[in-house]
Parts: sequence; structure tokens; C-alpha cells
Amino acid sequence: MSGTIALDRRALLKGGVALGSGLLLAVPLSGPVLAAAGPAAATDLGAFLRIAADDTVTVIVPVVEMGQGAMTALAVVIVDELGADWSRVAVAPPPAGTAYQRPDVTKYQLTSGSWSVRLWYAPLRTAAAAARTMLVAAAAKEWGVDAASCATEAGRVLHRPSGRSIGFGAVAAAAARLPVPEKLVLKAAADLTLIGRSVPRVDVPSKVDGSGVYGIDVTVPGMVHAAIRHAPVYGGGVRSVDRASIAGEPGVLAVVEVPGAVVVVAESFWQAKAAAERLDVAFAPTPHDTAGTDALMAEERRKLDAPQAARFRSVGDAAAAIAGAARVVTADYSVPFIHHATLEPMNCTASVTADGCTLWVPTQCHTTALEAAVRLTGFDESRIRIHATLLGGGFGRRIHTDFIEPAILSSKAVGRPVKLLFTREEDMQHGFHRPAMTARLTASLDAGGGMTGLSMRVVGPSVHEHFWPAFFKDGLDYAAVMGLTTKATSSGLHYRIPAQHVDYIYQPTHVPIGYWRSVGASHNGFFMETFIDEVAHAAGADPYRFRRALLQDSPRGLAVLDKAAELAGWGKPLPPGHARGIAFCENVDSIVAEVAEVSVVEGRLRVHRVAAAIDCGTVINPDTVVMQMQGGIVNALSAVLGEEITVEDGRCVQSNFHDYPVLRLADAPVVDVHILRSDGPIGGVGEAMVPTLAPAVGNAIFAATGQRLRTQPFARDGLTVG
Amino acid sequence: MTTLSVNGRKHAIMLPADVPLLWVLRDHLGLTGTKYGCGIGQCGACTVHVNGEPVRSCTIPVGELDGAAVRTVEGLSPDRSHPVQAAWIAEQVPQCGYCQSGMIMAAVALLQRTPAPTDADIDAAMTNICRCGTYQRVRAAIHRAAKA
Ligand code: FES
Ligand code: FES
Repeated sequence: MSGTIALDRRALLKGGVALGSGLLLAVPLSGPVLAAAGPAAATDLGAFLRIAADDTVTVIVPVVEMGQGAMTALAVVIVDELGADWSRVAVAPPPAGTAYQRPDVTKYQLTSGSWSVRLWYAPLRTAAAAARTMLVAAAAKEWGVDAASCATEAGRVLHRPSGRSIGFGAVAAAAARLPVPEKLVLKAAADLTLIGRSVPRVDVPSKVDGSGVYGIDVTVPGMVHAAIRHAPVYGGGVRSVDRASIAGEPGVLAVVEVPGAVVVVAESFWQAKAAAERLDVAFAPTPHDTAGTDALMAEERRKLDAPQAARFRSVGDAAAAIAGAARVVTADYSVPFIHHATLEPMNCTASVTADGCTLWVPTQCHTTALEAAVRLTGFDESRIRIHATLLGGGFGRRIHTDFIEPAILSSKAVGRPVKLLFTREEDMQHGFHRPAMTARLTASLDAGGGMTGLSMRVVGPSVHEHFWPAFFKDGLDYAAVMGLTTKATSSGLHYRIPAQHVDYIYQPTHVPIGYWRSVGASHNGFFMETFIDEVAHAAGADPYRFRRALLQDSPRGLAVLDKAAELAGWGKPLPPGHARGIAFCENVDSIVAEVAEVSVVEGRLRVHRVAAAIDCGTVINPDTVVMQMQGGIVNALSAVLGEEITVEDGRCVQSNFHDYPVLRLADAPVVDVHILRSDGPIGGVGEAMVPTLAPAVGNAIFAATGQRLRTQPFARDGLTVG
Repeated sequence: MTTLSVNGRKHAIMLPADVPLLWVLRDHLGLTGTKYGCGIGQCGACTVHVNGEPVRSCTIPVGELDGAAVRTVEGLSPDRSHPVQAAWIAEQVPQCGYCQSGMIMAAVALLQRTPAPTDADIDAAMTNICRCGTYQRVRAAIHRAAKA
């Protein structure tokens, strides 16, 4: 990206940066140290940059770090465009502020949806180019030379004709007084030295010596600890609390009733947890006390035949194509509720005083945290401070505020800072789950085995209904139909299928629903790509070649599919009992294909290898893309093999990792990743690999055994892993 | 009272004997590198060494540790120079990083017992949970550290 672009003055000039101590990450190239606090005597150059007199550059990136590498990627974008010295950079997460929002895209200041680089690449280059222009102008003015004869390099402004140079720190204050330039010239691609390189992540050193500060690690003066006990039935309430039942428990300071739960505040977490468990609490009856997942799934299956549905896509006349087809294939699928199970349980430290409210919190959404604090304290936004810590996993769980609100209320009640931590049991039983979904797909084939029509019906709860109701309208939840659309072709589809209907049918539930890594694409990738495999089988075609034929309108899609097949050695001989499965999906604007190699011996499944190809357009940090692909494939495999939240008597059955089995090292496949270099638009990465994994594995199991798995988790079908 | 040494420093712990070592480390000694993930010995985020053996500190009552020597991730090196830490950085293992203190302590213990582990040795020893799916790089980093 290069050329002259208009400057978004708002993005550059909104400042007011409040940096939390201990949360800065220093780039560890010149000697790995954690910056303990923001540098003194520093000048703000817009919302994203602070330059100290000693030339240290602090980059405030607009997103938080949850392992996806976005803080490093965005810092690289700023530093490269600015011409700063990467070895003298500190990187900080954002405070709450409009400068860190993209209101043209969403009203939320958030880190989710694989949006970080897609949203911020262009604005941050612009902001950094403006700062560079101002630093150069200030130096040129001081030297009395033409700014056009100056440039930046390694944190200094250079005047090439004279060989003079000056550090950013010496001109930052003068630069900040200059008008913000109206027109900017971005660096040419050839002048970029960091973008596109595998720069080591800035957060990694703090994650090998225990020094990284997660929410659970926050300590503030006067702080006390809290444990929570929710009403066991989702959405239930507390009827009465017998405080006398924990009279004399050591360390207990207060019992605070909050909506749907009781919080016990104590001198230490262990005391708070023990007392919360022993506390005598009566919970109020709810309308959902007999609800369960068996009945819910039966209802979803029944709705597959419902006369009414909300139509998401209508291309041609799929019903007519199916009615007049030489051959029809149809199959039903389902996925269960699953939990994010971030390894760091939900937590928040809140301090409510007479002057305001401060939160130290691992959050994916500053806006919802801010709104909750305003709502619960009555302070206006200027009195609320949010310090985002490192996140011990996010995956979509941490956009919610259910762990923030009780911390605020508890601090208000006891008049001290309170660190609230969910036990693993509370975390698992009170999640915001990927909804349990059911689908029916029907295809028509012509006499030659070509696919002429496709009808898809998805039934299940709405993800957007509560968090983002604008995307649940006229009965259509746009999350439920994710992973079925592309901007890469004029038809909106990668596959050339002349007639298509995609319908959604809403299924209410009392179970809290949320955004799990890749959201609706997590099930639609499975539904669609398992079904395409079934159609290929019915047509007597090789599943890779069948998809190739369908991808003739999508050169980028075809290139990705071919690369995954090549990487996996599709068609080459395998050890006895091994088989391959392939799948393809676009999600978060990135195109992915995966080939899984599995074996099934006496019901024991092993996933040996996954070959993955991705086209995500411009790449900032290739190694981060690879690590996300590797990790996301394991995360997705964990879900498809064994993860399931079931509900009985209105409450979650599972409670910890003993009954919510997650994938461990011994069962993890080798993942080979190839990044296709393309000139496509920037795609997201963090969720891109998830939708293709389940069908690739399921299709491989079919190739190995002839057993077609249409229900997740696969452990339900009697397969054991290992 | 329980007397124990943590990373070479002696501490007299005046807490009830049933408080798990994990919470003594985190909330009383301020060593927050050791993490809580499950509290039931499943995830390994709380792994530390007691007398050189890897243990899940969430399940060990402090009262059982009188006279013990405890080592946490903070005690590996003052400057991230322990070969396992260096290998972890070289392989860029951590993602969210929350599991990694426990992973590293489990890996250090494995390499003490088995200086050149096979993949099967690694499979058997490394039972810690990583929700970010860093297992492939954990394996690579252990092999790298073994060669260091
Ligand atoms: S917290 Fe100890 S094993 Fe999970
Ligand atoms: S790096 Fe996130 S849990 Fe392992």
C-alpha cells in the first residue's frame, strides 16, 4: 500500500493516553526487559505514539493481546511506517477511547472477529505517516532545510545531503506543535523493513519467565479477593442467602448479592472460594428448571421440516432443480454447545471509589466494559479507567461483561479494590456457548454427476440476538449463516452451483449463547464441506477433483485448494489404514483448505497430520500466521473430537476438564502450513482455519472406514482418540 | 507453620495446612507466574517442582511440604537464559501464554530425568493443557533444548 491518502485527523489527534503500569511490553531485541511504566517526559504524537526524550518510542496499539500476535503485528505496522528503531520500542494495550474504535465498522472497541489487522492496517499506517511527516518537518525547520531532503531511519531524522541526523526524542515536542498534514505519502513497499517479516513477538519473553501480567495476576494496594457462586440454572436468580452459615469462616469480609449470583469477598481467594462453597444459598425457581439439550436438539430436528424459514440466500430455483434432478442427495447434521474454556478463567479487578471506577481486566471489548461501569457506578465515562491486561485466551468469550459487573458491584459494596476470579467450575457452567445447531442439506445432481442445486437449512439459537441485535432481523441471524459467502467472486460463492437456497430457522434457548472462534462458520464449514464430500461420493468422484470442478469461477480458491492437496501429497500412497480428507472454506475474508490424514484402528482415531493452505492477502508477520494456523487447528480438533456442553434440569452438566475433555499434546497432529502470497485484500487469520478442520477430519474418517460422521463431537460415535 | 524454601529463599508459612501450594505461591508470596487453570490436577498450569519433581501445586496442601524445596518458573533464571526458556523463545512457543509456565516447568523436569527425550517420552510427560494449541512448538522446543 503506497501513495497519497487523506489523513483521518480524528484518529491522529485524539490523545489522552493513560498507560497502566506493568502492562507495557518492550521489544526484546536489544536486551529483553519489561518496561515497568510509561517513560517520563514523553510527547504524545496522536493516540498511538508517545516519544520520550531518550528516543524511546511507545506504541499504543488499538487491540489487546490474547495470543493472536496482534499487538506485535500492529506495532510493526506503526514502527515500519514511522521509521522508528524496533529495538527501542515499547508496546502498550489501549485504554478505552474513541481513537481506538472504527465506528465506520462497529460501535465497539474490540479485539475479536479476526479483525485486528483488517481494521487497523490502513489507519495505523496513516497515523504513523503523519507522525513521521511532522517529525521530519520539525527537524527540517530546525536545520533550515527542505523537508523533502529528509527521511527517517532507526528512530532518527536524517538530512541526507549534509549527513546530519537528530533523534526523534529531540524533535518530538516541536513536531507535536506542528499542524497535522493534510496529505500524506506512505512509504513505498521497497522501503518497508519489518512488514512481511517474521518479527519475534513482543509478548513472548514475558511468557517464559512468569512476568507477564494477566488479569488473574493483578495486585493493587488494599485489594481483597472474591469468589462467585451463580444460580446453577442459566439465567436463574438467588432467593435467599443464609449469611450465618459461614459465620466465623476465616478471612471473610462480605457476602454480596449480585444479579444471578452471590459473591463472597475475603482476604484471600482460597478463603473466598471455600466460604462461597459452604455458603447456604437458596436459588429461585425458573421457567427452565427442566430444560435440557436432548429436548432442544429434538426440537431443532423437528424444525428442519418447518414450513417457514428466513431466507439468507436465493440463487436460481433450488427447489425446482431438486424436484427435477436425476439424483438427489440429502443428509442431516448437528453440532453441540461448546465452551471457550480459555485456560485463564474469567476474572476482573475493580476499584470503585468516590472519584471513579478503575478496572484491570482481560477484556476483548473495552466498550462493553466501559458501559457496564457507567451503568453500575453512575460515573460518566471520563471517570472510568480501563487497564487491559494480557488475556489468558479469549476465543470470543471475553467480549462479555458477566465477570466485570460482579467485580464492580463487589468493590462498591466493600469500598476496596476487589479481584473477582471464577473457579474453573463457575467458568465452565456459566459460559456463553457456541450454540448447538442442526442442518439439513439437499443437492441435485445431473446425469453426469454435476451439482445443479443445493438447499441448506440451518436451525438453532441466535448468536447475535442479545449482543448485537442489529444482525438478527426478520428472523435471520447473520451469525448462523457465516462461512458461506465470499467477496472473491461476483456470485458471492466460491462453488459454481447454479441454484442455491440457504435458510435459517430460529430456535430459542435459555442457554447463554456467544461468539466462539469463527462463530457460525464453525458449524457451517462442517455442514457444507461434509455434505460436499457426500455428494462427491454419490457422484463417484474424487473429493478433491470434485471441489476443483466446482471452483472454476474462483482462481484464488482453486489455488488454495491445489496447494493444500499438493502439501498433503493427495493421491500418493499412505501407510495401511491411513486415509485423507479434504475441505475448503472462506471465513473472515481468508480462504483456507485443509487436508487431514487419519487412521482408525479398532475404534481408536489418530489424526496424524493436517496440511493447511491459506490465502489471507497481505501478510504482516508470516510466523504469526503459521502459529495461528497450527494452534487454531488444534483448538478446532479438540472441539470436534470431544468437546460438548450438555444441559439437564436447566443447568450445565460439565464442570471441569475431567468431564470436558480437551486435546492434549500426545494427540495433537503435525500441522504443515503454506501461506499463498496474493494481492487479495487483507484477510483475518485467528479464526480462518477453524471451519475446515472438522470436515477435513470427518471426511478422512469416512475415507478410512466408510463411516460418515454427521454429529459432533465425534467421540459420540464411539471413536476414542489416541 | 510450614517452613519451605522457594527458589532458594526460606519462608515460614503461617497459613492453615490445607491451603494448596498454588495459592500460597500466588497470593501470599506474590509469585504469580504459576497459574490456576482447573484446581483439580487436570491442566498443569500450576506445575512447579517440589524437591526436583514436577507437581501440580493446586492439589498439594502446603502442610505436607514442611522442609521442601520448591522451584517455580521465576526461579529458572534471572534473565530467561535457562535452556528451556531460550528454546521457548527461539521456537516462539507461547500464544496466550497462560499455560506456558506450567509447560516449561514440566519440560525442565522431563529434561532433568531424560536429557534426550524421544517423541514418545514427550507424549508421556507433557500432559499439560494448552487451549491455544501450541503443542507442536512445545515438542520442537523440548527437542531444541535437549540439544542445547
Ligand atoms: S490448576 Fe493445577 S492442574 Fe490445573
Ligand atoms: S498458550 Fe494459551 S493456553 Fe497455552
